[in-house]
Amino acid sequence: MSAPRDAANGMAVWLICCLVLTLLLTAGSLVIGTSSIETSWHWLVVPDEQSAVVLWRIRLPRTVGAWCVGALLGLCGATAQGLFRNPLAEPYLLGTASGAAFGVALSLVAVDSTIGELAWAGRLGLTGAACLGAVAATTLTIALSRGVLQTTSLLLAGIVVASVLGAATSLILLTKPEIFRAMQTFLLGSTAFLGWSSVALLATVLGICLVPALVWSRGLDALTLGEDTARSLGLSLPTLRLALLGMMSLGTATTVGQVGVVMFVGLMAPHVVRETLSVNHRQLLIAAPLCGGALLQAADLICRWIIRPAELPVGAVTACVGGTYLVLLLWRRNRDA
Amino acid sequence: MVEARTVLSCHDLTVGYGKRLVLDRVSLNFAAATWHAVVGPNGCGKSTLLRALAGLHHASAGSISLCDRPLSAWPRRARARRLAWLAQHAGVTDLTGAEVVRLGRLAHGGWLAGRQTDDDAAIRRAMMATGSWDWAERRLSSVSGGERQRIYLARALAVEAPVLLLDEPTTHLDPPHQEDVVRLLREQAHGCEVCVVSAIHDLSLALAADRLIVVGRRALIGHGTVREALAGGWLSAAFETPIDVVDYKGTHLWRPALDP
Repeated sequence: MSAPRDAANGMAVWLICCLVLTLLLTAGSLVIGTSSIETSWHWLVVPDEQSAVVLWRIRLPRTVGAWCVGALLGLCGATAQGLFRNPLAEPYLLGTASGAAFGVALSLVAVDSTIGELAWAGRLGLTGAACLGAVAATTLTIALSRGVLQTTSLLLAGIVVASVLGAATSLILLTKPEIFRAMQTFLLGSTAFLGWSSVALLATVLGICLVPALVWSRGLDALTLGEDTARSLGLSLPTLRLALLGMMSLGTATTVGQVGVVMFVGLMAPHVVRETLSVNHRQLLIAAPLCGGALLQAADLICRWIIRPAELPVGAVTACVGGTYLVLLLWRRNRDA
Repeated sequence: MVEARTVLSCHDLTVGYGKRLVLDRVSLNFAAATWHAVVGPNGCGKSTLLRALAGLHHASAGSISLCDRPLSAWPRRARARRLAWLAQHAGVTDLTGAEVVRLGRLAHGGWLAGRQTDDDAAIRRAMMATGSWDWAERRLSSVSGGERQRIYLARALAVEAPVLLLDEPTTHLDPPHQEDVVRLLREQAHGCEVCVVSAIHDLSLALAADRLIVVGRRALIGHGTVREALAGGWLSAAFETPIDVVDYKGTHLWRPALDP
């Protein structure tokens, strides 16, 4: 059989292309920015003192951080699509984004609130509030679906939690319009505030999340044949769901806490991989993070470059690019059908 | 003739969906080296019986025993090595044929273990037996329904379990391949001493089995040899209509009662 070798070669070529693209995007991200310093390749090789500060303290952590966020979203998206056996599943499916937004809204209100009961929310900080909100929303989703036994119940509970928390956030914004601008930055996503501490956190979480994902990748393969077949193969579905939901919750909560809500990367990255490569889940869970990382780096580059010296929210760019890509995908599938 | 030992049995098994009772106090013994065909009208509970026997559907009462031990007492993976299951409808996946069949070996190596030395041989044996080796590297989404069914069947065979529970293994297959499957099930039972239990719609195919389990609406009509089933009129009782079975050169065939 030569086909496995062909498949392995195809995967290797794909990974090399993706890594080369990532390196090019990283280099591009280092020389393009909103600061007034000279933008050239020479500057990158021989930076002066001011440029070195911009390079090492702003652009490099931002670029690496954006890659980590994209990688986490790609990983969580691929996991969600495998777990729910639904190509439209995405990392925010369990209400994490709405929960994080609600947490941030509460935190913003609490910062200059006179309501004593809300003082704890202010002390959490925006990142802590976002993470707490995301984890609370996932927990609520699992509780509403009475555990993790039924995929459909989980999906429906996720939709309910997202809707209710979204409505609650809107109500907060209605009563406290002064927090609207800060909330907007969060809801549209921004990589501008990523520093080395964020990068360290994101990289650690990415490493942690990769472990259960790869361990359970063959479980996700088995799940594609149906729940009965997967169980008959000795797979414990509750354990698999708990492990992977916990991983998704940790991953998305961390990304939302660091950069806000970045739409479509988690949905798009697995699709890009599947459209360009025939993969099982183990390969997908390696390729999708690489693809997600490159996608978010590209989006970050676009948002910094397109209206220089100002910049667009990265979430707006990913939504436009991701939406367009999925429409093209739909159009192509309809045409082929 | 030495009677084959019982490897799977159920006693007073009662299964339903919510308040709807599908099987009421069914007791059966399944011997090794025997092909048991489960027949009955649509909705009588053939698939439900198989799912309950596989431990995939909760029984509201009764007990199931696998290799002299309660089914629920077996650790998940140990049970998966002894009892292989083929669903009536399996998902269409982008995995290759060989990757799907390899899933049948998971319980042998565990989720973390790498490729075992005898896995490749078992996969090849199973795919050769079902005639699906040619599609080993093709995506399941790109093969026909019949080809896919043979890959699924190979996945169940690759487990190399002493008990095979197959829900409609001949679905989507053309007549020559249905015949191949019947030959394969007989070979598994008589050559490999596997206890094969299969739900089968086609009566003529089912009549090729060693023993018939005839299920009517809610009740088990009978469990015995084909001769016992025909002599007792079990099929007519189960389908609630006369079932005409003819003997053609030693093979029992169902003859539809159509107007000339």
